[in-house]
Amino acid sequence: MADDTTAPQFNVGLDPLTPVLTRSWLSPRSWRRDSYEQLGGYGALRTAITAQPEQLVELMKSSGLRGRGGAGFPTGLKWSFLPPLGAKPRYLVVNGDESEPGTCKDIPLMMADPHLLVEGCIITSYAIRSHYCVIYIRGELIHPIRRVRSAVKEAYAAGYLGKNILGTGYDLDIVVHAGAGAYICGEETALLSSLEGFRGQPRLKPPFPAVEGLYAAPTVVNNVETIASVPSIISGGVDWYRKFGTDKSPGTKIFSLSGHVERPGQYEAPLGTTLRQLIDLAGGMKDGIPIKFWTPGGSSVPLFGDDKLDVPLDYDDVAAAGSLLGTTALQIFNQTASVPWAVARWADFYRHESCGKCAPCREGTAWMSKTLRRIITGRGTLEDIDTLEDTAHNIFGRAFCALGDGAATSVSSAIQRFRQEFVDMVTGVTPAPSTQADLIEMH
Amino acid sequence: MTRGMTESAKTAVHYPDPNAAMVAGTTRSGATTTAFWGEGGRPTLEHRADVPQYRVTGVTFDDDIRAKAAEVIARYPHTRSAVMPLLHLVQSVEGFVSKDGIAFVAGLLDVQESEVSGVSTFYNMYKREPVGEHIVSVCTNTMCAALGGDAIYQALRSELGVDHEETAGEPGTPGSVTLEHVECLACCDHGPVLTVNYEIFDNQTAQSAVELVQALRRGERPHPTRGAALTDFKHAELELAGFLDDDAAEVDAPSASPQSLRGVQLASDRGWTAPAMPETPPAFPPLPEKK
Repeated sequence: MADDTTAPQFNVGLDPLTPVLTRSWLSPRSWRRDSYEQLGGYGALRTAITAQPEQLVELMKSSGLRGRGGAGFPTGLKWSFLPPLGAKPRYLVVNGDESEPGTCKDIPLMMADPHLLVEGCIITSYAIRSHYCVIYIRGELIHPIRRVRSAVKEAYAAGYLGKNILGTGYDLDIVVHAGAGAYICGEETALLSSLEGFRGQPRLKPPFPAVEGLYAAPTVVNNVETIASVPSIISGGVDWYRKFGTDKSPGTKIFSLSGHVERPGQYEAPLGTTLRQLIDLAGGMKDGIPIKFWTPGGSSVPLFGDDKLDVPLDYDDVAAAGSLLGTTALQIFNQTASVPWAVARWADFYRHESCGKCAPCREGTAWMSKTLRRIITGRGTLEDIDTLEDTAHNIFGRAFCALGDGAATSVSSAIQRFRQEFVDMVTGVTPAPSTQADLIEMH
Repeated sequence: MTRGMTESAKTAVHYPDPNAAMVAGTTRSGATTTAFWGEGGRPTLEHRADVPQYRVTGVTFDDDIRAKAAEVIARYPHTRSAVMPLLHLVQSVEGFVSKDGIAFVAGLLDVQESEVSGVSTFYNMYKREPVGEHIVSVCTNTMCAALGGDAIYQALRSELGVDHEETAGEPGTPGSVTLEHVECLACCDHGPVLTVNYEIFDNQTAQSAVELVQALRRGERPHPTRGAALTDFKHAELELAGFLDDDAAEVDAPSASPQSLRGVQLASDRGWTAPAMPETPPAFPPLPEKK
């Protein structure tokens, strides 16, 4: 971005951090209904139910909110894809299966402010004329499940859920569904399979969930942070919401900084904030050791090096710079970290989490993992690097769902941008970072 | 004659007895094998060599569990959606998924047992072998591993003398601990992390983790960094099945951490805020024109 001579025309006059989704996190017992209501909670719902559902869909389209689960698809547009009301019911499914490596925003959100999510679910369900909503939360962490269940129960008791909500005649039930440990269930069609009581394997699209989703009925699947953004858009309006971020990526975003920074954590800032600014807010690099590589949005997006610190972190600018914003999971590795080692561990992850449905991913992730394990234990050859690139190339675009693409991307981007590290490792210029005994047995 | 199997091979191959390991009290990797022949001297399809079998326990699921199962099924528009919470419910009774548990769920949902076992084997959290009083899950995905997760896992392997999904102590007895390594736990800013019965212990070191499992082995229950006071694996599974103890202490147990609050705390310290919303919500856009 060094040759970019025009100053960015976004986020002018905004503070560096702009807590909207996280604004109540410091409040005592922020997860309880009474605390939430004291801070104006459920006010957006009271506003929303005065509108026609289709007006809410229009509002969401104009707000420009894009899905926070990784793909960045415009939320209002997704809602508008539902076919006209027919005999089948409509469903809202909220994806809280947060498992993308580095991603750690939805879990604290569900713990700190579950009523924000519940209010978002009610408004969204009303907007899409659904009477049944499922919040699917990964099973490996109980506390967020407990908090969301408790919030749902409190919402029922207060008349925000159930029959004839707030006297409007509108009915809605919310069920909280615990997962059982499968990364693939974060993929929306795999999540639906899982929710229907099958193995969590993805389905062919089309038909998209909007047409044939849960129980083959029209379904909207949205991420937790997306749904949690809805109430403030209702209360603040489009003009207010568009003060944050860029024209095509408006709003605030919870940036999750992990790794070699002084103060890792959750930082809510306008979209378009750069990593350099965020690292500065996080107290700089840990022990002053410079950055080597980072992920803008989890392990499934192309790696960035230290030349991309000034890329505005919004959907389009990150894409233009050669990666993806994903879930804004900013995993930061300093000069002491080994790129092949990091990628090898991610490859193990994809190998373990591949659902086995399609051959390119099932076989390819296993081969990439095996090849990388050879390289990081000092048994690799130059040919292995080519083999890896070839394997990744044969997975990318040929797998059934995005898991295969993510697995291939992390490997191919690492070789493309840090090839010399791989070469040095297989030629013995740098020592192997692992021994056979260090490797964790694959299961 | 089983397809592809010669007469000589038939006499040579031994099939694992699903109950042998439980009787002997050994783990999966060390399970004893005995010849197993089905009707007419043919190996049954379920007893193919080297395929781990579900244990047969002869457990009965009492009226309380049946009532809970009915409650689970009633949550969903289609009964089959209840399979995952019902498997959690089975684990809350037995501490793992047995063949009897599979049959119980299949019977309730009126599906084939193979359909239920197919689901059970897909997900990491459904265990085929009895889990200890506690399950300790160490994140060894890249970020946690880089920050010390690998060292933690190796230290716990050596402290407990077990490998992945193996148990120190006799499952079902106090102080027994099952160890596993797991993928990203969505606590990356707190790395390296582990969970005990799916409650979070943040910013661990090899030493703190060893001290933690030593306390668990002694029958103590150290408090998680984030989450409710520890109970045991079976109780955790009951919560996952959707049975929340109506206990304010559990819901109100700590969840905040310096990491989660860093952004909001910094903003508060510096007086940074989002621009104020309009006092009254702006008017809604007009209804779209019918096309």
